[in-house]
Amino acid sequence: MSSSTDLERLNAARLKIAIRLTVAMMAFYFGFILLVAFRKNLLTMLVSPGLSLGILLGALVIVAAWILVWIYVRWANRHYDQSIADLREQL
Amino acid sequence: MTSSLGEPNLIAITGFFLFIALSLGITYVAARRTRDPEHFYAAGRSVTGLQNGLALAGDYMSAASFLGIAGLVALSGFDGLIYSIGFLVGWPIVMFLIAEPLRNLGRFTFSDVVAFRLRQAPVRVAAATGSLAVVAFYLIAQMVGAGNLIRLLFGLPYELAVIIVGAVMLAYVLFGGMIATTWVQIVKAVLLLLGAFLLAVLTLARFDFNPLMLFEAAGDHYGLRVLGPGGLVSDPIDAISLGLALMLGTAGLPHILMRFYTVPDARTARTSVSYATAIIGVFYLLTFILGFGAMVIVGQDTIRDVDTGGNMAALLLASALGGPGFMGFISAVAFATILAVVAGLTLAGAAALSHDLWVNVVRGGSASDQEQLRVARVASALLGVLAIVLGIVFEGQNVAYMVGLAFAIAASANFPALLLSIFWRGFTTRGAQASMFTGTVVSLVLIYLSPAIQMDVLGHASAIFPLRNPGIISIPLAFLVALIVSVVWPEPAAASGFAKLERRAHLGVDE
Repeated sequence: MSSSTDLERLNAARLKIAIRLTVAMMAFYFGFILLVAFRKNLLTMLVSPGLSLGILLGALVIVAAWILVWIYVRWANRHYDQSIADLREQL
Repeated sequence: MTSSLGEPNLIAITGFFLFIALSLGITYVAARRTRDPEHFYAAGRSVTGLQNGLALAGDYMSAASFLGIAGLVALSGFDGLIYSIGFLVGWPIVMFLIAEPLRNLGRFTFSDVVAFRLRQAPVRVAAATGSLAVVAFYLIAQMVGAGNLIRLLFGLPYELAVIIVGAVMLAYVLFGGMIATTWVQIVKAVLLLLGAFLLAVLTLARFDFNPLMLFEAAGDHYGLRVLGPGGLVSDPIDAISLGLALMLGTAGLPHILMRFYTVPDARTARTSVSYATAIIGVFYLLTFILGFGAMVIVGQDTIRDVDTGGNMAALLLASALGGPGFMGFISAVAFATILAVVAGLTLAGAAALSHDLWVNVVRGGSASDQEQLRVARVASALLGVLAIVLGIVFEGQNVAYMVGLAFAIAASANFPALLLSIFWRGFTTRGAQASMFTGTVVSLVLIYLSPAIQMDVLGHASAIFPLRNPGIISIPLAFLVALIVSVVWPEPAAASGFAKLERRAHLGVDE
């Protein structure tokens, strides 16, 4: 019986981090797309010679994707795998 | 410089035959290990995280994205970046929501997951239909790209080029199954990364290894507007629609989802997505350098003279920087890319036909290993012939656009049902059927009514549906239909199977 409540807890924990990271990724990407769609002049502005705000933010979206994936992998390697191993032991 | 295109290029032809020889060698070795469905569809579940990461990247980095996006950037600057980023941001979504439960819940196809606690036959029929629609559109894009590329490079007739691609690809799939297809993907991914990297280094060498100086030169030549959003996304709603399709489509592509069954467990599935995300991100950043490099070094007029779509920009850049020899190498890499992606697609289509439709619907889930293998091979051969026919019939279609449509169908037909089947207790067989049917039909109909077909292809003055990409309508609609149908017709058996599904999704076992 206790293993099923542990599973519920693990399920809730994974769901929480998965939803948060998904929302973060969508916010970064659609924030960028909305700027592309509605604030073209702003993105054409130069931050430094050769570097427009658009190119800078675009590259940052790719970096953000890497960081979010890294956050998830770190969480999963540290906590998720351990919890699964514990649950399997209880069976 | 342009004169070397369209004439036989010795290095390209040699590279091309070397790749075919190497990949057929791989196929020969793989064929001896391909004795049962586990090997044919899932490479015996023995692929490592790095290998699968490379193979996923290989499946994903199609020639359409390598040649197409470099060309898009070369001709319109910043706008090409919108595609690059859109293709990448689907991967975190695959990681957070799909990869691990998918691996734990299924055997060969994503339909295994949708059908896990629902009624097998109706769900399988719907899921296989969605898969085959995506595979067909994606195949058209790749085959048309292959035919054009080979005609431009070697001066071969278009039809012959399409037949050669279909035949070689079929050899991999028929005899070597997933083991051969995976290794062909890995070899190709490494070659493609190497080629793009060399090309980027040679480009940047002319700009003190500073990308900003390259962008600045582009701004000096063609005006600062190439560094900001331009006419490609003139309609804001269309930009959002395309963005939605690109982001959610990745998690609905059957040939990508199928790769997660080639690794031994969910942890390795996770590792492989992180490798794939890193590799694909680097690749698209490189493509951006190549696009601007071609714009500045080759020049937009020259690129447009060779191909109005700009698809040859990367090859022209290679020719300008390293002469015909280097261009030959990059051409051979582009060809290897197409061959590998077509093989992956055919295998995914064959799995939908044989594993989902034949074994689980026609035979009710029980068929001997020999029968499964035989049916899978017959299905592969049929799809190979279909790919050749589609490639010839759709000659002249815009390659990048077809890929965008495949993503829109994947995001509308497959992704909502897959996501809900994993996370929503109340999801039902009817809900899944209705959602997948709505997603497929609505996206296909809206594509037909869009300006791209009505105005560009049929030549009408206006289009009934104003958007080029249907995602913003078809994706929410597929979710909404799933929700309404499941709530109106609840399915107690499906809900009671959810606890078992949750358990298996995390633990990978049933106890």
